[in-house]
Amino acid sequence: MSETGYNFAYLDEQTKRMIRRAILKAVAIPGYQVPFAGREMPLPYGWGTGGIQVTAAVIGADDTLKVIDQGADDTTNAVSIRRFFQKTAGVDTTTETAAASLIQTRHRIPEEPLTEAQILVYQVPIPEPLRWMEARESETRKMHALTEYGVMHVRLYEDIAHLGRIVKSYDYPVRVNGRYIMAPSPIPKFDNPKMDHMPALQLFGAGREKRIYAVPPYTSVVSLDFEDHPFEVQTWSDGCALCGATDSYLDEVVIDDKGGRMMVCSDTDYCEKRRAAGHLGPMSAPYAETEAAR
Amino acid sequence: MNVLAASFAPGLDPDPPLLAVRGLAKHYGTTLGCRDVAFDLWPGEVLGIVGESGSGKTTLLNCLSAQIEADAGEILYRCRDGEEVDFRTLPEARKRALLRGEWGLVHQNPRDGLRLRVSAGANIGERLMAQGARHYGGIRGEATGWLTRVEIDAARTDDLPLHFSGGMQQRLQIARTLVTQPRLVFMDEPTGGLDVSVQARLLDLIRGLVDEVGASCIVVTHDLAVARLLAHRLMVMKAGCVVEQGLTDQVLDDPHHPYTQLLVSSVLQV
Repeated sequence: MSETGYNFAYLDEQTKRMIRRAILKAVAIPGYQVPFAGREMPLPYGWGTGGIQVTAAVIGADDTLKVIDQGADDTTNAVSIRRFFQKTAGVDTTTETAAASLIQTRHRIPEEPLTEAQILVYQVPIPEPLRWMEARESETRKMHALTEYGVMHVRLYEDIAHLGRIVKSYDYPVRVNGRYIMAPSPIPKFDNPKMDHMPALQLFGAGREKRIYAVPPYTSVVSLDFEDHPFEVQTWSDGCALCGATDSYLDEVVIDDKGGRMMVCSDTDYCEKRRAAGHLGPMSAPYAETEAAR
Repeated sequence: MNVLAASFAPGLDPDPPLLAVRGLAKHYGTTLGCRDVAFDLWPGEVLGIVGESGSGKTTLLNCLSAQIEADAGEILYRCRDGEEVDFRTLPEARKRALLRGEWGLVHQNPRDGLRLRVSAGANIGERLMAQGARHYGGIRGEATGWLTRVEIDAARTDDLPLHFSGGMQQRLQIARTLVTQPRLVFMDEPTGGLDVSVQARLLDLIRGLVDEVGASCIVVTHDLAVARLLAHRLMVMKAGCVVEQGLTDQVLDDPHHPYTQLLVSSVLQV
């Protein structure tokens, strides 16, 4: 049931057109940050004001929306944004990756490969990958324009010099389409390889900084590294404690005050699917049992 | 005088000048920064610019090194590939590529030229990485090599310049600048703010390294002793104009212009 008194998907049509123009430009120049006139949204900066505006601009009445927060469908941020579009656009929502046509994400890419029929919208806190090395916006724009990206490697160099390896584990800088250096938003670097030549369109919205950027389908996304210290993703010694998956990104969950911990899939939908299919981890009860308990 | 200076320059060989400046001028509103500056700089030559505070030395250096925009004049530079370009009319991308690759700038205050919050090694490596070096081991090797050359213990490669002494910071800045073998180096009061014994060591070091790298140098200083030690040729500035130029010994031992005479005679003899 959708609310009355709002335009479809909350934003007025002029604003949506403005955002769509920014998105088109962003898609035309992969990795380039397009400024847009970000609006005040009914949620605080840092909660996905950028992503929600992009979603509002591209969502249609026949879309099925999925919203994830750190991989989970059931956390506050995901639930409230999903409900927001239920109310203002009356669209169908889902927690199933494969059933969604539009996925707004905070800091994860679903484990299940996305398809050409899907759009992935990222919430971005800091869109400028050069920001930590160069504070001046005027200067970072010039550096992008002139492909002066030496400082990005200074940061990686520092990691290796002090810690022996590149420890940057999220928001790991990438080069898009062989041209622009882009901040992939704080997704774990585990997800970086998924961005490369992804069939789905990837849109990035930064609300506070008022920037939109994009990676079109089947575009190369390369993580920066050194020849003798190549890019690598996180690995875990054991699989998910619930579904036994060894190919997914795992979160550490503290389970008691005696140092007990379990590693579980951060992608809740993926984990549930696997359990429904009969995969079991060392700490899981049989799936039918947990379903019965609900 | 120009002709005289030219014919006495160390580059008696027929090489064309590396840098030729003609009619350079800079005004700050109605205030004069510098005007009518013209000189040639030959490969491997060190040119000193001396004069009192406010005489336009730093303005001139900043114009030459693209820190500020000059109002008029030509800065003709002969690139590594032999092409002669007017630096002032180059597109910004070319300017910055030159500044990154063929030119180097040593700031008076090392804090302006260094990244204080990244390690000494990364400071030296930055220019290499900007030029496309992507082998960590190679970059690090080069960095420790240069630290040793500027007499900084290689064990301090991973320390922050923030924790270095003033003299060490200045030497680090020089290493960071020279690591890419620039052809033209600008130095603004390279020994300013250092105590006398450190100054002497640093001057020795600069002289040796510049010679080794084979760079041409433009050194701005108000210290005639620095000019005497470093520069082959001197340009004396007063109130924004060049009042005298010639070989260093000639200018210092036999100053012609009254202002130069004043400048030379006002040096304290210890």
